[in-house]
Amino acid sequence: MSDSREKILQRVRSALENVPESESPGDVDVSRAYRQEGTLTGDELVTLFAKRVGEYKATVKRIKEEDLQSAVSVSCREQEVEKLVVPPGFSKNWLPDWIQPLNDDPGEPLSNQQLDASDGVVTTCALAVAQTGTIVLDAGEGQGRRVLTLLPDYHLCIVREDQIVELVPEAFVHFEQSVRDDGPPITFISGPSATSDIELNRVEGVHGPRRLEVLIIS
Amino acid sequence: MSSDKAKTPTFQESAKAYLDNTQLRRNIGHATHTIRDKREQAVGEMPDWEELREAGSNIKQRVMRHLDKYLVQLEKSVQQAGGVVHWAKDGKEANRIILDLVQQKQVEEVVKVKSITTDEIELNKALAKEGIQALETDLAELIVQLAEDEPSHILVPAIHKNRAEIRELFKEKLNQDELSDRPEDLAEAARLYLRKKFLSAKVGISGGNFAVAETGTISVVESEGNGRMCTTLPDTLITVMGLEKIIPTWRDFEVFMQLLPRSATAERMNPYNSFWTGVTDGDGPQEFHLVLLDNGRTNVLADEVGRQTLNCIRCSACLNVCPVYERTGGHAYNSVYPGPIGAILTPQLKGLEDEGAASLPYASSLCGACYEVCPVKINIPEVLVHLRGKIVDEKKRNGGIKQKTNQEHIGMKLMARAFKKRSRYERAQKLARIGQGLFVKDGSISNLPGELAGWTAMRDLKPIPEQTFREWWRQRDE
Repeated sequence: MSDSREKILQRVRSALENVPESESPGDVDVSRAYRQEGTLTGDELVTLFAKRVGEYKATVKRIKEEDLQSAVSVSCREQEVEKLVVPPGFSKNWLPDWIQPLNDDPGEPLSNQQLDASDGVVTTCALAVAQTGTIVLDAGEGQGRRVLTLLPDYHLCIVREDQIVELVPEAFVHFEQSVRDDGPPITFISGPSATSDIELNRVEGVHGPRRLEVLIIS
Repeated sequence: MSSDKAKTPTFQESAKAYLDNTQLRRNIGHATHTIRDKREQAVGEMPDWEELREAGSNIKQRVMRHLDKYLVQLEKSVQQAGGVVHWAKDGKEANRIILDLVQQKQVEEVVKVKSITTDEIELNKALAKEGIQALETDLAELIVQLAEDEPSHILVPAIHKNRAEIRELFKEKLNQDELSDRPEDLAEAARLYLRKKFLSAKVGISGGNFAVAETGTISVVESEGNGRMCTTLPDTLITVMGLEKIIPTWRDFEVFMQLLPRSATAERMNPYNSFWTGVTDGDGPQEFHLVLLDNGRTNVLADEVGRQTLNCIRCSACLNVCPVYERTGGHAYNSVYPGPIGAILTPQLKGLEDEGAASLPYASSLCGACYEVCPVKINIPEVLVHLRGKIVDEKKRNGGIKQKTNQEHIGMKLMARAFKKRSRYERAQKLARIGQGLFVKDGSISNLPGELAGWTAMRDLKPIPEQTFREWWRQRDE
């Protein structure tokens, strides 16, 4: 195996014979004239995010933080969700009292079968991107393991207004340090799972959650 | 590339049959036009699209010129993050590495995310030989697998099948008696069938869209969630990746995660992007293997014109705009890489000795639409012409005196002479005007003899006019 490693590296090096010895990667210019920081602020930014998420056929609601518990309650009733997966670190104050929480405890994690049999999952997020209507999870507090937002058929995600950035580059900059340090798994979610494999007709919902709902709190 | 050395037919041979299949042409035409229009919209709303293309091209160029350093850096980063790195010179070695890993886990079934690289090395076949079933979980790949067919498009491999065909297939293979042909119902049938498989899978196999040298982060870009399933649920994850898929830093994603979705599915962002760095305690697979594959890529790297082919991020935008692909479909290319990008990648990976592969650079009208849409600015027409030149040179070298007395060669020599000087060119024109007399019928030439027959096999030629513009101009002065 290590034999192949040497052989491949040798082949790469001889393929690059014409690259001057003195040239370093940094000597190859990379022009970065694209937009790196957005210009929108405040309500414009939030409105753009809400619009873009909505265009993926996700449900979007803008609410005040003090109304969060009742908003969660309304959404769960609308979606007929009773068994709700709750990640570690998710505030219990936000859950309606009638819900049956399935708490994913790090010491005693929920089984895949339990997740599969649940009605939905509620999480916070790490960041949101207005330009593309994307929510980003990094397995942090209130988000939990990747599988929690994968097996349930309904994902209710809570986004704080101050978590919204405008452009894609801003999102990658945000995670640069944490990826270097701990390398948490990062998932970008843009609308519900979808396919266009049959005659290019978009169908929402294949393997991931078929319904995505985003609550934006101010 | 392919393990068996059986002669592949040429593009021209295969294309003929596909051109006669009107259903296929209708399916492909509909699909390519739909996605082409959508892409234009998704790209049109980006004021900095050209700047992103430039950056994407620059970054890839940087990677290719220093690939040895980046490979070593990537290996180290992945190892530090708890992953294992394997190196495979060719498909056979990659398949053996993967087979060994799967056998260690004592499983008979593995779940797979759509990966053209694994199609390239024919991994599924290699595993099947040892009694291991590799289950494709992407809807289109599943359709292709169940139909025992071959993919026909990089991004939507079952683009050549319509809903009625898919319904019949699912009815038979998934034992679904009652099934409509609504795409929603067909997707639901696949969901139910695959959900059980995901939950019991011990080993997942994926390709990779990008690998970050700096951090060891791998990404899979997808829509359905099957990619997340395969990279999250199994205990062991094996990712197979061409060694050119490296990007230097995490931040470089900010370029490619804008270029790829809009070019590929014409979306602002595709539904799911997974980024993982080695293994994470208590979350996802606890064993991660990365298989780095050469399989001819270093040959591509060695060709300074052809090298840019490795910039490809497999978006398939070039397929959707190609007037040739649109008419023949993907199967005519006899390769897992169809379309314009396949026409330059396949011959470089397989080598020009392969007659089928060497026919591909001619599967183009050189219209340049592919270059215009390429998000990483691969100059496909330039590489096509370069490869054509290599093919001719190769023939000359190997053909000896026979090649030198070949009529085409002599014809081209004469043409070159004629074009060199105006007086010669004008004389040639006059000669041709007289010579063509025998062949002009009703104002066009539709039957040239001998070696020249190829020019009129598919279309009529316009005869050289009675008078050129220059002649007319001179006459006017008199």
